[in-house]
Amino acid sequence: MTTYRIAIVGSGPAGLSAAAHAARLGLSHVLIEKTDHLSDTIYKYQKGKHVMATPSQLVLRSPLDFGAGKREAVLGTWNEQTAAAGVTVKYMAEVKAIVGTGDPIAGSVMKIVTRKRDGTSETKEIQRHAPPYRLTLTNGEEIYADTVILAIGTQGNPNLMACPGGDSAHVQYQLDDPSDYSDEHIFVIGGGDAGIENALGLCADPAQNNKVSLVNRSADFATAKDANIKALMAAQSEGRISVLAGTTTKAIEPGFITLDTSEGEVRLACNRVIARMGSAPPRGFVEGCGVEFASADRLAFPTLSATFESTAPGIFVVGALAGYPLIKHCMNQGHDVVEFINGNLDLLPADEPILEAKFAELSGRRSVAEWLEILRSSVSILSGMSPLQMREFMLDSSVRQVAAGTVIFERGAPGSSLFGIAQGEVLVEINPADPSITVPIPAGSIFGEVGLISGRRRGATVRAARDTIVVEISRTAALKLMSQVPAAAREITRITTMRSLLQIFKSGLAQGDLDGVIAGAKVETVRAGQAIITEGEHGDDIFIIRSGSMVVERTIGGKPVFLSYVPAGSYVGEMGVIDGGARTATVRAAVKSDVIRLAGEPFRALLAAKPQLQEKLRTEMASRTRVNQFIEAKKDSFSGVVDMYTGVANFLVEQGLGEATDVLLIDEKLCVGCDNCEKACADTHDGLSRLDREAGRTYAHLHVPTSCRHCEHPHCMADCPPNAIHRGPTGEVYIDETCIGCGNCQRNCPYGVIRMDKVPPKKPWLLSWLLFGRGPGPGEASAKWAKKNDPAYAEKPKKAIKCDMCSGQEGGPACVRACPTGAAIRVSPEQFLSVALMGRDDS
Amino acid sequence: MASTAPPKAGSARKAPVRKTMTGKAVTRAPRDVAHEGFLNHRRWRWAKAATILCVVVIAAYLLADPIPRHNGGTWLGYTLGTVGAGMIVWLSLLGVRKRVIGPKPFSLKGWTSAHVWLGLSLIVVGTLHTGFQLGWNVHTLAWALMMIVIGSGLWGISLYAALPERLSANRGELTQKQMLEAIRTLDRQLDTAAQPLGGDDAALVQISLEQCRIAGTLGQRLSGNYARDGNARALGAVQDRARGRPDNDPMQQIKGLLERKEAALAQARRHIAMKAQLELWLYVHVPVTMALLAALLAHIFSVFLYW
Repeated sequence: MTTYRIAIVGSGPAGLSAAAHAARLGLSHVLIEKTDHLSDTIYKYQKGKHVMATPSQLVLRSPLDFGAGKREAVLGTWNEQTAAAGVTVKYMAEVKAIVGTGDPIAGSVMKIVTRKRDGTSETKEIQRHAPPYRLTLTNGEEIYADTVILAIGTQGNPNLMACPGGDSAHVQYQLDDPSDYSDEHIFVIGGGDAGIENALGLCADPAQNNKVSLVNRSADFATAKDANIKALMAAQSEGRISVLAGTTTKAIEPGFITLDTSEGEVRLACNRVIARMGSAPPRGFVEGCGVEFASADRLAFPTLSATFESTAPGIFVVGALAGYPLIKHCMNQGHDVVEFINGNLDLLPADEPILEAKFAELSGRRSVAEWLEILRSSVSILSGMSPLQMREFMLDSSVRQVAAGTVIFERGAPGSSLFGIAQGEVLVEINPADPSITVPIPAGSIFGEVGLISGRRRGATVRAARDTIVVEISRTAALKLMSQVPAAAREITRITTMRSLLQIFKSGLAQGDLDGVIAGAKVETVRAGQAIITEGEHGDDIFIIRSGSMVVERTIGGKPVFLSYVPAGSYVGEMGVIDGGARTATVRAAVKSDVIRLAGEPFRALLAAKPQLQEKLRTEMASRTRVNQFIEAKKDSFSGVVDMYTGVANFLVEQGLGEATDVLLIDEKLCVGCDNCEKACADTHDGLSRLDREAGRTYAHLHVPTSCRHCEHPHCMADCPPNAIHRGPTGEVYIDETCIGCGNCQRNCPYGVIRMDKVPPKKPWLLSWLLFGRGPGPGEASAKWAKKNDPAYAEKPKKAIKCDMCSGQEGGPACVRACPTGAAIRVSPEQFLSVALMGRDDS
Repeated sequence: MASTAPPKAGSARKAPVRKTMTGKAVTRAPRDVAHEGFLNHRRWRWAKAATILCVVVIAAYLLADPIPRHNGGTWLGYTLGTVGAGMIVWLSLLGVRKRVIGPKPFSLKGWTSAHVWLGLSLIVVGTLHTGFQLGWNVHTLAWALMMIVIGSGLWGISLYAALPERLSANRGELTQKQMLEAIRTLDRQLDTAAQPLGGDDAALVQISLEQCRIAGTLGQRLSGNYARDGNARALGAVQDRARGRPDNDPMQQIKGLLERKEAALAQARRHIAMKAQLELWLYVHVPVTMALLAALLAHIFSVFLYW
């Protein structure tokens, strides 16, 4: 039995780089890969896909070369260099279990909590054993190693066919090229996007003569994209594909498949089964190895030391599984982790220069490690982090030294970052009219949390009280922090609750006054459409809308009538506390929202103690009542107008205006379809239009075209590997030039407003088109023209492009400026969803 | 410091230099959020301007008493001629303006509004410039062309007022591309459904597939009557043959598909027809404007040459 020094599981960028480095250092090693080729994730990219190499400022330490280029070139280089380095690779080897074979480690027990669908959970305890580790493969083979590097990525394994015959040779879990198959009876199992796309690909060309059937367990296709479902239904009605919904697979045998349909069992001819039933995340396997995760959160990563060592001694985790999705990071980590294992503990990470630059402007000449420790120990929400987490956290954050009196952010500025005060003190200007009225926030605490939670503009100006060091935590970093350190999440919630109360009920409240109210406060998440207050019911809870937005409706004459739109940062339900009695209107969420529920009783006590607060609430209540009465009065005389108002408002809320900050609307009573808006968009943005005027929904001649709404919490930002999507200084959401063209944002946008395309060459001057017909004229040039006029066009990488609200252009949105009839307007939902909407038909 | 030199000022197409968030409350570029059409832009600003211009010009015309009579050669005639010619040139530049979209503030709606109202006031300015001395000469040619341009503009405004609402109602939420795609899909379904049919019946489907033109001939486009088109003929014949056949007969399915195709064709044709009408008037307006500019040049040239 040989015991390797290092076993590397997974041959992606991280594992490959680690293996190559181990080979160069002459360490005994084995690289274990479950497929028959290296780097499966990149291998599965579509042919010719351009792979990008961001972040560009990061140096590459790996023994393997890597630069931006085509998939084939990248893989080719790696294959060559891996062979040249003499890496020991074991292909077609899938690791099933990793256990220590040494003595039990005293007190080191791994607890694995499994949650079941019925809500109960089960805890399994595993005693950790010291290395060397035994790696058991699915074919029963065993490999022994002193240390293990887990570099298996986050892709996971496809869910397998559980029925008899599910392991037959003609059952496959992937479809590389649909044109490889012809004259076959093919069954695709699974009605998700992958299954539908595979099935459509197999029947796209009638010449292939495949009989394709799609089998879906449930009756509908809940997880698939709308466009895919439509394409599937069209293919079905054309007879190109047969769809078996509400059907499960009973058995698979050579040449046949037995299905359990809603009308009973059927046995059908079948040459091939393609199972696309989703995949299981690798977490279960990783936990089984004794590696602990930071929290139960779905987004959590394994808990690691500064040397990437997990809670199981001798098992190291690198790459995407450790939370680093970019290829370059992964390759550097592969190199670093082998250095660490080889005893070089003084190695500074490759990102050291980046962090050094972040701390360069601070006085005090401290090392990066010292600064990280200062931040960690002084800012309360950071105290629970490990040194490695601090490094990673700092890459997404920045630190600033501000002189006394310097403004950190102004009221009304956009911003979703959170600030922590490491040294010094800041002052919050709570009264916009009088900057001298301030509330101090001491060192160790945080500010800016309202922007982080609600995605709305800053509510107050904050300036430094004396020389202060603040750490600015980007929204991404803050969310990661909250998922990794539960105590930080709780602290942020507590502070936001209190601060939003203070901000809303400004009238001379001190923090102490609110203790009773906050003690009973609960943060609740509300689904879109769900009501938090129902008309006619009794209740006296007050709700503060933390994120998202609400609509207020009232039943008049048997029909719900839209009364108002309530954005994040406001409160509802105060009438119940002041007047008691039944609720007078229904409040429901326009989009998925977070609310803070405050019990009525302690609130009433607060009002009794603070008469001026009660006065303020009464004034606001009176103005809300006036609006309601105005609409009700209109309802009596012009019920059609109010119905229209309600209809338009509901339509816009359905179109996602509840989470929008700025939306393009087209009045189709004025739109002549000249498409000048699209042309202007293309002409002011690299020749590519970011809006599709004709597509999108319409109600009562009000059209919401396919164009970015600049959401409060942009869905596109959620999963951007190079972190290239930002909110700009005027509130626009934009994509910067570090985009790697992965298409995640396009898939994540529920409104379909992001397109992947390449920049066409420059067009000839307008006059030469006007007079001599040179070039394609105003607007977006066709791909054909671009190809003809730019030899490099075909090779250019596609990048994500979207509306940037024409930021930086003095004139504002070009689509609006270029509309000849005034049909196009760009507005915020508060601007549009107001009573003024009712006058739309009067003008 | 040298390393932080600002990027070179490149072409206008270069993306604006991005500033990261500074915490400053940067005010957004001002924009027009008023929900007004081009006619009542800025509370009828240009309608008012045009009215004032007309009133002033008419008053001047009535108050002045030139010898021997009003014509283009009096001081008022020269003034009106200069103003009118200037306006004509400026109004014709809308075609250029609408294609030049830079980063600077401007409102094409405002330009359209001014174009419409000042263009209408040219009826007064231009006509009073003539002093009603019309005849068969190059001078009156310019005036006549101007009136044709204004008339076609009025036609355009009436289309712009009436058609958008109908265009929107007709297309529902479909795009033009989707409408055409829907017809192609129906064609594929027809082709599949016709497989089990006999030769005679299949020939009818063939007519719909091969002799159907979406836009049709010029005559069909102008008359809006598509009864002779392939699909309508096929549908008529299939309806005859399907009569009396059982519900599960393939011809019934063909009939249904042909009916759906006829409806889809009708919708697409209405869409295309309205889109065409919204542009059709420009095929008079723009070329006659070009002719007007030429005639204007000839008019001015001849006045100064033969004076």
